[in-house]
Amino acid sequence: MIFKLTEEQEMIRKTVRDFAENEVAPKAGPMDEAEEYDYTLWDKMAEMGLTGIPFPEEYGGAGMDNLCYAIAVEELSRVCASTGVLISAHTSLCSWPIYAFGTEEQKQKYLVPLASGEKIGALGLTEPSAGSDAGSVKTTAVLDGDEYVLNGSKIFITNGEKADIYVVIASTDKTKGHRGTAAFIVEKGMPGFTFGKKEHKMGIRASSTYELVFENCRVPGENMLGEDGKGFKIALMTLDGGRIGIAAQALGIAQGAFDEAVKYSKIREQFGKPISSFQGIQWMLADMATRIDAARLLVYRAAYLKDNGEPYSKESAMAKLYASECAMWVTTKAVQIFGGYGYTREYPVERMMRDAKITEIYEGTSEVQRIVIASNILK
Amino acid sequence: MKILVCLKQTFDTEAKITLDSNGKIERKGVSLIMNPYDEFAVEEALRIKEKGEGEVTVISVGGQQTQDALRQALAMGADKAVLVDPGDVELDEYSTATILAKVISGMEYDIILGGFRAIDDGSAQVAGRVAEILNIPVVNVVTKLEIENGKAVATREIEGGSEVVEVSLPAVITAQKGLNEPRYPSMKGIMKAKKKPMDKKSLADLGLDESQIAAKVKAISFSLPEARKAGKVIPGEAAEAARELARLLREEAKVI
Repeated sequence: MIFKLTEEQEMIRKTVRDFAENEVAPKAGPMDEAEEYDYTLWDKMAEMGLTGIPFPEEYGGAGMDNLCYAIAVEELSRVCASTGVLISAHTSLCSWPIYAFGTEEQKQKYLVPLASGEKIGALGLTEPSAGSDAGSVKTTAVLDGDEYVLNGSKIFITNGEKADIYVVIASTDKTKGHRGTAAFIVEKGMPGFTFGKKEHKMGIRASSTYELVFENCRVPGENMLGEDGKGFKIALMTLDGGRIGIAAQALGIAQGAFDEAVKYSKIREQFGKPISSFQGIQWMLADMATRIDAARLLVYRAAYLKDNGEPYSKESAMAKLYASECAMWVTTKAVQIFGGYGYTREYPVERMMRDAKITEIYEGTSEVQRIVIASNILK
Repeated sequence: MKILVCLKQTFDTEAKITLDSNGKIERKGVSLIMNPYDEFAVEEALRIKEKGEGEVTVISVGGQQTQDALRQALAMGADKAVLVDPGDVELDEYSTATILAKVISGMEYDIILGGFRAIDDGSAQVAGRVAEILNIPVVNVVTKLEIENGKAVATREIEGGSEVVEVSLPAVITAQKGLNEPRYPSMKGIMKAKKKPMDKKSLADLGLDESQIAAKVKAISFSLPEARKAGKVIPGEAAEAARELARLLREEAKVI
């Protein structure tokens, strides 16, 4: 086993870290405060090739592996979790299913502009009564001539309203349950497709979260992604990969809070010496560092398995479960180390703690991850 | 257009400088970067190339880890890299310039770019010395550069203003902050960088021996700057505190 990154992986880390610290970090606080993302950052990320990292060059991607992708999401999230999820949802939840299940025409038409960053992507899966229970989606798609007519709504959609291309899971045959679902590629602006309420969230507040509304939205039949009846399967496989992105985001949040805490503990003085000289603080830092390292190994292993074509469903669930709980725990400790200042918006750890919480919830809650892990163990 | 860029790997700007047990600067565990002024030079070289046709070769003198800085330049878009590893010899500006001039004299070039100084020793000598050895002109601290018809028009900083200089090529141009905003390497650039040629040479490959590059300047000792003394807070009402501040500046600090 080799625990060392390659030269290119190290260079990606350094490059994305430089970019994140110079360009993203100064905007992270203000964007959170305004609950608005500054999409000039998107353009810069597109130029650098961060919008299609794990896809082949012929589809507009960077031709890198999933480990490189995880490292990039980690480094972006280290300074701004909203940027991390923007890239993660775009890449894992929209571009990836098109790459994995799309026809050559669909890839040329949709994956190329997504990967090159000309377009932003999102996934429409969750409904008020169907999240991880993807089989019980109520949004319907009825064939009418050579078009499908979509009706229903999707909630909590990351990149909603800002994205140009949406992969939407809908039911084509209610009698068949999850075997009667299909995935569709829906473009912003298709008649009958509008946006509902914008969510005001606890964390990742710069990330755009919207309701998608379909009212007799007519989608060309050729926009069905994969086969009819496979919508549920596509959703689950997409989430398996998406977990690596979210786990990497959680890892980045934890690392960011830890770095802030270390820095602060060295300059904050109490009783005439830096608080880092007190064992109480040292033990917190030691535990934080250890958990972050453990999370990193789990995340990188899941990415490595995916890159090598091996099963990774259990491992990505483990990575997502552990890294997100690590992020919540580490950011809470970071706020503790900052004391009263940590509770204010003067320091970034307050934002990081709010941002961490969502990683335990979206793309499968911690409880769902445990179900996935257990079902893999017991099958 | 054949464009050469001389670059140096330096300590990170945020690196903490310490001395080892021999009183030399401790190099272990320090993160290294491409000298930021050389990054301006690399960026300018790429812009010249992108305007027309050309080839950018980056050159450095240093140990094997210097490859990281060269790879960064390749990832940004440079075409080739040359690394001269002088081994365990102590170098001064004369030695480095002699090595660079020697390797460059075996290459084709229309323009040579570099940072006007390195952020570590800050001597701002190497590029000028290279030009002198190659017997070509040098224009320093350049903030704007245009190339046309075998000539370079360079705007450079001078005391209290700027100066526009026209120089025939080949010439050495050194970059000052403000010349451009260096790009980040792209993901594709990073992938391509590993396939680009990195030509590693020793002094012997260049036909140089240690006596020819022996340093003319030897550092006798290094010392760290004294720790900064804590500042003084003047208590009281603003008007009163200002009066006290003025008194201290006049009587204690003697600066007004």
